[in-house]
Amino acid sequence: MTVETPVRSSPLDGWQNTFDRLPESLAIREIPFLTQLSLRVEPGSPAARAVEDALGIALPGPSRADMSGEVKALWLGPDEWLLVAPPDQGHDLVTRLRAAIGDAFATVTDVSAQRTTLALSGHLTREVLARGCAIDLDPRVTPVGSCLTTLLAQAGVTLVVRGVAASSAWLLVRSSFAGYLASWLVDACTEYRGDV
Amino acid sequence: MSDTYRTADHGHLDRGTTLSFVFDGVRYTGHPGDTLASALLASGVHRVATGIKYGRPRGIMAAGVEEPNALVQIEAPFPEPMLTATTVELYDGLVARGLGGQGRLSDQPDPARYDTLHAHCDVLVVGAGPAGLTAALTAARSGARVVLADELPLPGGSLLGGAETLDGAPATAWATAVIDELAACPDVTVLSRTTAFGHYDDGLVLALEKRTDHLGAAAPAHVSRQRIWRIRARQVVYATGAYERPVAFDDNDRPGIMLAGSARTYLGRFGVLAGRRAVVFTTDDSAYRAALDLADAGMRIAAVIDARESVAAHLLAACAERGIEVRPGHVVTGTSGIDRISRAHVAPFADGALGERQGVDCDLLLVCGGWNPAVALFSQAGGPLVYDPEPGAFVPAGALPTVRTAGAARGTTTLAGCLADGVDAVADALAALERSVSPAPLPAVAATAPAAPGRVLWRVPSPQDTPDGSHQFVDLQRDALVTDVLRATGAGLRSVEHVKRYTTIGTAHDQGRTSGVMTSGIVAEALGVDIADLGTTRFRPPAVPVAFAAFAGRNRGELFDPVRVTALHPWHVEHGALFEDVGQWKRPWYYPREGESMDDAVQRECRAAREGVAMMDGSTLGKIDVQGPDAGVLLDRLYTNLMSTLKPGRIRYGVMCGVDGMAMDDGTVIRLAEEEFLLTTTTGNAARVLEWMEEWLQTEWPELRVHLTSVTEHWVTIPLVGPRSREVLASVAPGLDVGNDAFPFMSWRDTTVAGAAARVCRISFSGELAYEINVPAWDGLAVWRALYTAGAPFGLTTYGTETMHVLRAEKAYPIIGQDTDGTVTPQDLGMSWVVSRKKADFMGKRSFARPENQRTDRKELVALLPADERRLLPEGAQIIATSTVPAPPVPMLGHITSSYRSDALGRTFALALVRSGTRRIGETLYVPLDGETVPVTVSEPVLFDKEGARRDG
Amino acid sequence: MQLIECPWCGAREEAEFHYGGQAHVAHPEDPHALDDEQWARYVFFRDNPKGPFAERWAHAAGCRRWFNALRDTVTHEFLAVYRVGDPPPPVPGTAPATHRTAPGAQPRQGQEATS
Repeated sequence: MTVETPVRSSPLDGWQNTFDRLPESLAIREIPFLTQLSLRVEPGSPAARAVEDALGIALPGPSRADMSGEVKALWLGPDEWLLVAPPDQGHDLVTRLRAAIGDAFATVTDVSAQRTTLALSGHLTREVLARGCAIDLDPRVTPVGSCLTTLLAQAGVTLVVRGVAASSAWLLVRSSFAGYLASWLVDACTEYRGDV
Repeated sequence: MSDTYRTADHGHLDRGTTLSFVFDGVRYTGHPGDTLASALLASGVHRVATGIKYGRPRGIMAAGVEEPNALVQIEAPFPEPMLTATTVELYDGLVARGLGGQGRLSDQPDPARYDTLHAHCDVLVVGAGPAGLTAALTAARSGARVVLADELPLPGGSLLGGAETLDGAPATAWATAVIDELAACPDVTVLSRTTAFGHYDDGLVLALEKRTDHLGAAAPAHVSRQRIWRIRARQVVYATGAYERPVAFDDNDRPGIMLAGSARTYLGRFGVLAGRRAVVFTTDDSAYRAALDLADAGMRIAAVIDARESVAAHLLAACAERGIEVRPGHVVTGTSGIDRISRAHVAPFADGALGERQGVDCDLLLVCGGWNPAVALFSQAGGPLVYDPEPGAFVPAGALPTVRTAGAARGTTTLAGCLADGVDAVADALAALERSVSPAPLPAVAATAPAAPGRVLWRVPSPQDTPDGSHQFVDLQRDALVTDVLRATGAGLRSVEHVKRYTTIGTAHDQGRTSGVMTSGIVAEALGVDIADLGTTRFRPPAVPVAFAAFAGRNRGELFDPVRVTALHPWHVEHGALFEDVGQWKRPWYYPREGESMDDAVQRECRAAREGVAMMDGSTLGKIDVQGPDAGVLLDRLYTNLMSTLKPGRIRYGVMCGVDGMAMDDGTVIRLAEEEFLLTTTTGNAARVLEWMEEWLQTEWPELRVHLTSVTEHWVTIPLVGPRSREVLASVAPGLDVGNDAFPFMSWRDTTVAGAAARVCRISFSGELAYEINVPAWDGLAVWRALYTAGAPFGLTTYGTETMHVLRAEKAYPIIGQDTDGTVTPQDLGMSWVVSRKKADFMGKRSFARPENQRTDRKELVALLPADERRLLPEGAQIIATSTVPAPPVPMLGHITSSYRSDALGRTFALALVRSGTRRIGETLYVPLDGETVPVTVSEPVLFDKEGARRDG
Repeated sequence: MQLIECPWCGAREEAEFHYGGQAHVAHPEDPHALDDEQWARYVFFRDNPKGPFAERWAHAAGCRRWFNALRDTVTHEFLAVYRVGDPPPPVPGTAPATHRTAPGAQPRQGQEATS
């Protein structure tokens, strides 16, 4: 029997129509199927330098993300980063990084489907986030490039501030919580939508 | 009859607009800007409620949240109980009725929205009166991030109710100008109709904003009706003002008895004269302001009864100018009237003795017993209070490092003092933040004579013809009398906290704003102690009533608790699955077909798994990637059995115990590579197990070179179960040699399943030939569908958690957390085989040797077979040795942990933890249920395929 | 809602944290060298002081790191937070905090075991 590559489904399949009906001042889009790798390495160690050389970036410090390149690095903990790359690069990237690390101690795990990514933009972004996020999103406190793993309403998220004053942001959320988070975000926009 | 008590030109009302409302069945009108209370008073309505205990008529006593009497039930547009008429903004179509203490919750769901918003600031100012406004303006001009919250719809606080001028213009014009400047600052948030009600740790203040309440039925449905602000402030300034307090005297609860300052507010803010002919009873100068303003607006002030021996000359002169008689050294001893006061009884009062009484006719009695600073929030924050005998009140004893008071809340009594206070408090706050200060300019205040000292008077003795205090109300909402307080002290209570609980004083919606300090005063007098030593009762949030709906906010309905779903969830919904909640997960419970009962469906699903082929969604299993050179070392320490000897490509079952030796979790461990394992945890324990492993790794064994990563949701996991599972798998995994030798039990293979990269494990939680297919979650739905299609010719059936439980219980595979409860060792579960004898140590090993865990009468997992093969025993049922229940204490042998109807066995069965269970096999025990005892036979736990012949197909 | 200072992420609301009980109770190097009572002391007994207490906390909803904190059990105030492996800071106004050592425990930082 012949088999074809299966059609993928993302945690928020079917939500885009709902997102499209939100006011222009808050746009929500799921960016599905991104390559996501968990990188665990002691910062400043030879293994960390090997990873940085292989990726061509410096691993960002606490609560920061480097979103400049094709492979983005999000700080998750003192020896933990989430590397985010375009879809379907997981296998190659793991292989490349493990080769670069060699015998040094660092680990790379493919967690691509563990989370999905929501891109939020528009001037309501900050206020909508403030409905469920206890962290001060003022640009003087949380500037562009901030990367915070925290609670948004009752879901754990990693929040990356991408635009000034949180005018745009990425939310990475565990796949099983994505539906809850989407419902919460859409409900949070009710007031701006003008309908019930 | 509406507006008959309205003056021509006072107040902040939209007089061009008329609002219609119904109270106690009668239609009235009012104007935007009115409260329900002011609109009723404008129509001459004083009696609005009935006392809860004695059924006495009650009127409107205050103009704000301190109101003890005027509780109302809103009937329309939406039923809501227990609001104070003095805080309900009037809207068109309002229907309300007075309440005798208890309201009625609506039996309909509340259609309104409620929400929450987080805010952060350098300085939070609570109160937009004179002190709050200069405070907020100073903070704003100094460049700080500011939140200003005020409970009223208009700025000005006490200025709204008065006739003061600032910079030669009405003070409210100054207040409006300040608010306009603040609102234009990008770093300032001005919140009106917002009441701070709780001060919590680390500068968190919760405030309730009533956003659309005042719009009534016109409120837009998509805008939240109320919002709870969670304001995290580095510095807080409470400029919350002060509450006037009454004096207790006989029959001090009649409608028409009102706080003097409140009557002034009704005039200044609402243009309402609360009566035609008033008697004013005061202990300080402040009530003269009310008397003079009301007289100027046309009210007849029959007399000012001043408890002090002498009154300042300028006040006497001002009264004389208006023809107001002043009687120093007098008190009000009682009142007459039924639905409304008709007369005040007045007598000289010197050296604690009353002189001859005389009646003064009136329809309004204004009372002022001094002022209590509004210190509830400051006190909640831990701010110390001290009794100041001069105003006779508890005032803040200084400031806290991050919490301050200003204005009347600090005990300041003059307008000029309040204005300056706001600047000073914020200057201190900014200094604490190491910021420079740009003080707000202070507006010019018209010169006033300094106030003379007040007299502290908690109560007037009852005239000799009535029992002392038996008609003197302390807490009008609770109908608590002076005699109740004296009964409490007579019973030996010495603490105001105890008196509060004994009498219920201060426990109503108003939090004892008019009764609390009075109670302390009366207790102090009764006990002969200093009120300063007695103190007040503790202030606790919420300081004002807050609806549960507001606390719930948007966490209602589908957002009440996060619902976690797997990637396969849409399929389960499409195919009619019923769901079981497992933690926050929704798991398919069973898939009933048309007309099937749960039993029917589960029996069918079980039969498919045992005789044909069946599959389920196992994606919720916790999955942890364990990677690094010391991965095997870590697992050897945490599992009871040896994991480091596992070969890549192979799988081992493992149990984790706590240091106490009790089973904590179980699952399979896959060796992916020399330095990488993947372990599974039970669904409900995934986060806990990872945190537990991290705790040991991070705190005890940081030298181990190993990392843990949760991959639970990266994978969709599909157990494919049954004698024909091999054929189904072969048809979708053409590259996989599924033969028993090539792919033996407890091994795994990477392959392609239905076109998707997959890891297939040969493990079984049912005893049948079974595979567990793991694919990245985004391929899960497609692979599941492909399996469903490929399995159709084999009769592939989907099954849910109930069938999974029956199948595993028939094989006595325990569920940690269902068949165990934290007191059960692996040995108790009959799983000594999973406990390594080779390893020198592992988590829990030392505890196995504890005498308690060596006892021969421990509870052990066994199966129970009811004598009646159709009898399904309830899980949790107790087990005894005798067919009749002996006298208590009944010796309990254990309890049933799992109980099912088995298709394969053709009967019901149960698993149970039974004392010395394995030595009782074959015995008959009894399960007492509803007056009968059900006989059961103790059996070996494994009931189906004891030889394990089926797992290879 | 109290704020707790995560040593890595900064101040976060307490809902993001999990409590881990008393800190500096080292797992005994050789549990089998302990008698039953000594072992039971390690497994079941913890201090319960009124005042400063060294505790383990995990930033569960953030960086997933365990850390230690000195917390006043009367006021709930966090007097200090410090990383695992760092010695406990001195308690303000008192002698330096002492490690509670289980019988037979061999704390890594070189203290002598008490039995």
